[in-house]
Amino acid sequence: MGQKQAEKKEIKTKSNSNQDQYSRFPLTITAPEKSIFTPDDLTNLNPEKDLGKPGEFPYTTGIHKDMYMGKVWTMRMFSGFGTAKQTNERFKFLLKQGQTGLSIAFDMPALMGYDSDHPRSKGEVGKEGVAVCTLDDALVLFNGIPLDQVSTSMTINSTAIIMLCLYAAVAKQQGVPLGKLRGTIQNDILKEYIAQKEFIFPPVPSMRLITDMMKFCKDHMQQWNTISISGYHIREAGSTAVQELAYTLMDGFTYVEFGIKAGMNVDDFAPRLSFFFNSHLNFFEEIAKFRAARRIWAKRLRYKYGAKSQKSWTLRFHTQTAGCSLTAQQPMNNLMRTSVEALAAVLGGTQSLHTNSLDEALALPSEFAVTLALRTQQILEEESGLTKFIDPCGGAHYIEYLTNKMEEEAEKIFNEIETRGGMISAIEEGYPQSEIARASYEFQKAVDDKRYIVVGVNEFTEQDKLDIPILRIDKNVEPEQIKRVKEFKNKRDNLLVRSKLDNIREAAKNESINLMPLILDAVESHVTLGEIIEELKKVFGTWKEPSINL
Amino acid sequence: MSRKIRVLVAKVGLDGHDRGAKVIAAGLRDAGMEVIYSGLHNTPDAIVAAAVQEDVDVIGISILSGAHMTLIPEIMTMLKDNKLSHVLVTGGGIIPDEDASELCKCGVGKLFGPGATINEIVGYIIAEVEQRRKKVQKS
Repeated sequence: MGQKQAEKKEIKTKSNSNQDQYSRFPLTITAPEKSIFTPDDLTNLNPEKDLGKPGEFPYTTGIHKDMYMGKVWTMRMFSGFGTAKQTNERFKFLLKQGQTGLSIAFDMPALMGYDSDHPRSKGEVGKEGVAVCTLDDALVLFNGIPLDQVSTSMTINSTAIIMLCLYAAVAKQQGVPLGKLRGTIQNDILKEYIAQKEFIFPPVPSMRLITDMMKFCKDHMQQWNTISISGYHIREAGSTAVQELAYTLMDGFTYVEFGIKAGMNVDDFAPRLSFFFNSHLNFFEEIAKFRAARRIWAKRLRYKYGAKSQKSWTLRFHTQTAGCSLTAQQPMNNLMRTSVEALAAVLGGTQSLHTNSLDEALALPSEFAVTLALRTQQILEEESGLTKFIDPCGGAHYIEYLTNKMEEEAEKIFNEIETRGGMISAIEEGYPQSEIARASYEFQKAVDDKRYIVVGVNEFTEQDKLDIPILRIDKNVEPEQIKRVKEFKNKRDNLLVRSKLDNIREAAKNESINLMPLILDAVESHVTLGEIIEELKKVFGTWKEPSINL
Repeated sequence: MSRKIRVLVAKVGLDGHDRGAKVIAAGLRDAGMEVIYSGLHNTPDAIVAAAVQEDVDVIGISILSGAHMTLIPEIMTMLKDNKLSHVLVTGGGIIPDEDASELCKCGVGKLFGPGATINEIVGYIIAEVEQRRKKVQKS
């Protein structure tokens, strides 16, 4: 009894000592100076102009007139591990569970441009995603899944152009016209330099690969989203919400500028750009971030880049709940964290959502954990009444104040980057990289000093460890996959392969040639992903990160 | 006075997750250690070569690619071949307990998972290095 009282007392003292609860979020710029907001905080808000109606400029309230009443968000769970065959089975399982889109995680060798049988792939084949480096792998991965009937998201960047060609090659074999393919390829190289650090080539040739893809898709794959401009990884690397918002949008503006410079009309490619944000635990701030993102994008595309199509103005986005908010301690708590984050994403008007599994601070998710994560979304959709209202938080003084604040702070960062000569120069200097590293170090210090409480980690800890079953990748995956790749390479016409690679190398030297048709032709002639990357390295060189100041 | 503890914070393997490595590098530096950061995407060879060249007391490996059971034992073997077994190899990432105890058997020190504090890691490194230095002096 005595102990219980002591515990209660302690909790009470703590909440008293933290009058400004937001000081516990040391990274957010939006720490308000007070706890209640009134119309006085919104004197410069013009609802008609700054919010608009759903489906109308500047889309602060949402990009569709009917939002979730018309179409609920897509429940898109990211998955991929082991061999193409294993992932194909997981896809079929998820489709049967009611998932409405595929989302593929590739293994590190595929992301970094090495075939499974390359020495640098040792120990990494099929570990963090599925191993795919040949047309044969791609055919197995989508076996029995008609590509005109699913929308597919592929998380791949440095080697994106090759993976999209493999996907197109599978479609051609299935008899599906390329124009019918629906989906998204991440293809956001700028955030690789900024945050996820899975880069191969220097920024400028990387941007050429991206504009080549945008041009090809404009003509042949009109339903394909060519870049998923990603804040997710920026946030996971430790940025604040505002940094995530500003760097991501700045990356988006950079792609738009390169597309225009490459001779395209902004309205021919901007509608195929989509976004990918993180949803973290600071609930209101996340909702405001999503709303601000839509408004900033719409205004810039319309007024700065002269886009005339409403489709260019609308910022469509996917959301993933914050992997970095999950804890290895008391892993069941992660269910609650993910629910809060998913709720923020839905209230923020996301178009699709991945909810993390409770075991992701420990390993790749088990089937059990993935199912619970999907059920979280289904409960939000079916049981919470959320889908019947559009932007239900809009109009709240605090939400509108935060949305304005997010936009103001993001504008400051845009200016900072512009004075450095744009995003590519800023990256070459290491500017966003250093800012993020600093923010993540500050955050860790706050956790260590208990200025920021993480339940189960630095407060409310438990001695007993809950053992939950985790997914282990079968040790045979790597040797089996290497064997398959070697066989594939032995069976093909190696002279033909050499000539296709020569074509690619020569075209790489000439910026006026689009590389995508040549790469598609090469993968259909059984050239592998690693071979194409090696060949491109001969012309483009490789990238080393500038040193970071902390 | 003994020299400052020299630590190589090493990213090995193909993954680019460097948040942890950078936080630890800054934390160890602020705790008074000399820190060398390897940069990204290193092979075990490159890490061991850097350890030799920089004459470090500690290698702190950060790995989140799932290749730890391949790459860390390679580093251990190479250290042995280079007569560097006195160097403390520690680190962190997403490493299941089972794997950590397996790695411990080939001479790897403590591996820190998500939730570890900078102080905890600093304390561990100081204690281990002192012990190892005493051992080297004795022999």
